[in-house]
Amino acid sequence: MFKFLFERDTWQEVWDSLSKNKLRSMLTMVGVWWGILLLIGLLGSAKGIENSFNRLFGSFATNSVFVWGQSTSKPFKGFQEGKRVRLTLSDAKIVEENVEGIEFVVPRNQNQAFVVKDKLSGTYGINGDFPLLDKVQKKKLIRGRFLNQTDIDENRKVAVISEDIYKQLFEKDTEMIGEFMQINGMNFTVIGMFEVGNVNMGPSSDIHIPFSTFQQIYNQGDDIGFMMLTGKPDYDIEQIEADAKLILRNLNNIHPEDKRAFGSFNLGKEFAKVTGFLIGMQFLTWFVGIATLIAGVFAIGNILLITVKERTKEIGVRRALGATPFEIKRQIVVEAVFITLLAGFFGILTGGWILIGIDSAFGQGDEAVIVNASVSIAVVFIALIILVVLGTLIGLIPAFKATSIKPIDALREE
Amino acid sequence: MLNIKKLHKSYPIGDSSLHVLKGIDLSVEEGEMVAIMGSSGSGKSTLLNIIGMLDEADEGEYILDGVPIKNLTEKKAAIYRNKFLGFIFQSFNLINYKNALDNVALPLYYQGMKRQERQELALFHLEKVGLKPWADHLPNELSGGQKQRVAIARALAADPKLLLADEPTGALDTKTSYEIMDFIQHLNDEGKTILIVTHEDDIAHMCKRIVRLKDGVIMEDVKVEQVRASQYV
Repeated sequence: MFKFLFERDTWQEVWDSLSKNKLRSMLTMVGVWWGILLLIGLLGSAKGIENSFNRLFGSFATNSVFVWGQSTSKPFKGFQEGKRVRLTLSDAKIVEENVEGIEFVVPRNQNQAFVVKDKLSGTYGINGDFPLLDKVQKKKLIRGRFLNQTDIDENRKVAVISEDIYKQLFEKDTEMIGEFMQINGMNFTVIGMFEVGNVNMGPSSDIHIPFSTFQQIYNQGDDIGFMMLTGKPDYDIEQIEADAKLILRNLNNIHPEDKRAFGSFNLGKEFAKVTGFLIGMQFLTWFVGIATLIAGVFAIGNILLITVKERTKEIGVRRALGATPFEIKRQIVVEAVFITLLAGFFGILTGGWILIGIDSAFGQGDEAVIVNASVSIAVVFIALIILVVLGTLIGLIPAFKATSIKPIDALREE
Repeated sequence: MLNIKKLHKSYPIGDSSLHVLKGIDLSVEEGEMVAIMGSSGSGKSTLLNIIGMLDEADEGEYILDGVPIKNLTEKKAAIYRNKFLGFIFQSFNLINYKNALDNVALPLYYQGMKRQERQELALFHLEKVGLKPWADHLPNELSGGQKQRVAIARALAADPKLLLADEPTGALDTKTSYEIMDFIQHLNDEGKTILIVTHEDDIAHMCKRIVRLKDGVIMEDVKVEQVRASQYV
């Protein structure tokens, strides 16, 4: 059935009829070329915008929620309202063990610290952290390493600092790893330096020191500043937040309807809004692209129909010479598919060039709105398959039109 | 070779119908060269189209080379046309974007012949009509006579049993007409059976038999002394 596709004659015929009618072939192709160009251009740009969002949120676990203690707003079990709520390490542990769908619970502490390095000094945000933080908020380390379990176990006085601090407190181009710096009057060894992302979720983090060390120097006991919960994929982060808060209320003797006892920021919920916007944009892109493509394919069908009318006599001659109706139909459909694909191919090519242009014009630097605008091979394949299917369908119309005329009438046509 | 009995054909015109062929009986032997004459509207073209399987009779019998031609599917008709018949048209009907060689090779293409073989055979037939040097010329680069010679080469390419010519000289001047008739006579000399529709007396007399049609019936069917076209060329 499809053997003819591999025969030189078939393509010779297609080539003859297309190349000998160049203007007509070109005009036919413009519609589809434009459609696929738009599709590729739009999808690529949408992907670029998505990439730039992803870069903003960076390595942050987006299905996460921050929870911290505030003050109660309702009296409960003999406690007055206005009781200060403090979360503890054991709260975090119980939440981790009892809330369904939770992946990590990261307790964190934060404070301000006065930092001195030789003659330079400044006040910075300081965090007591577990190595786990690196899992939910990947630090881009430029030098050295992040905190590890041994640092925690031995209450080491080590610090991971941001690039900003290095720039502010260190001489240019000096080594920072292994150097001492004074934090609240105590000597800490710098073990790593990380790059600051474009967007920082949560409190500003200039310095990370081991959680246990933080407990010691700020005399925190088991209290924690806040905890960060991340959900496993496929779990609803809002449900996790609700479940966690319910457990925390029970643990801390807080009225079940006390809304003010815990503060929280649900990053997953905020992120979902952005994602929804992106999905909407992609849907729109596909819709516009495919609609344009269909319009283009219809233009091909239209022109082929005119072409068939123009070629009525030729088709009559071919049939008089022994072409079966199937051979005539097949030829016209092959022409339609071929011209659609050829136009699609050029569309993909020029669409790609446009994306390269967009990338070099808008895609450079950290502040770029469109990052790495591109389409995946899968999208290109889908587009090609759509083209083949539409080309075949639209080719059938002129094909049937061509063979519906009796050869005798076709020959009489002047 | 060709046997037609009580052939009827009518065309619908609006609500009524036009009875074009009113019972034609015709039989042609192998090697004959027959002219079908008649004024316009006499039904001569309709008869040729039915013989050429481009059109179908309403009633009657048509046997070509022992094969009854009846209730053909389009596909079967196409195969028979390719195998049995060669067409020569008044307006040549060459495909204008194919060169002479490819035009001649077209019936062979539909026979499923291999390209190489096809080209060689087409070239052989072009040479026969004296147009080998014009093989890669497009039809619009050829004169009327040359075009008709290409068309004749094309009609011969598939080695048909019967050659059907519909006013083959209708678009040509007298001198070229005679040249073309000379070709056709030579083909007949070689044994081809040929049917020519014409309304020109001189052309008709270059055949061996004249069938005159009027109002859908055969008025006259006579054998004539063939006038050789070569004496005018």
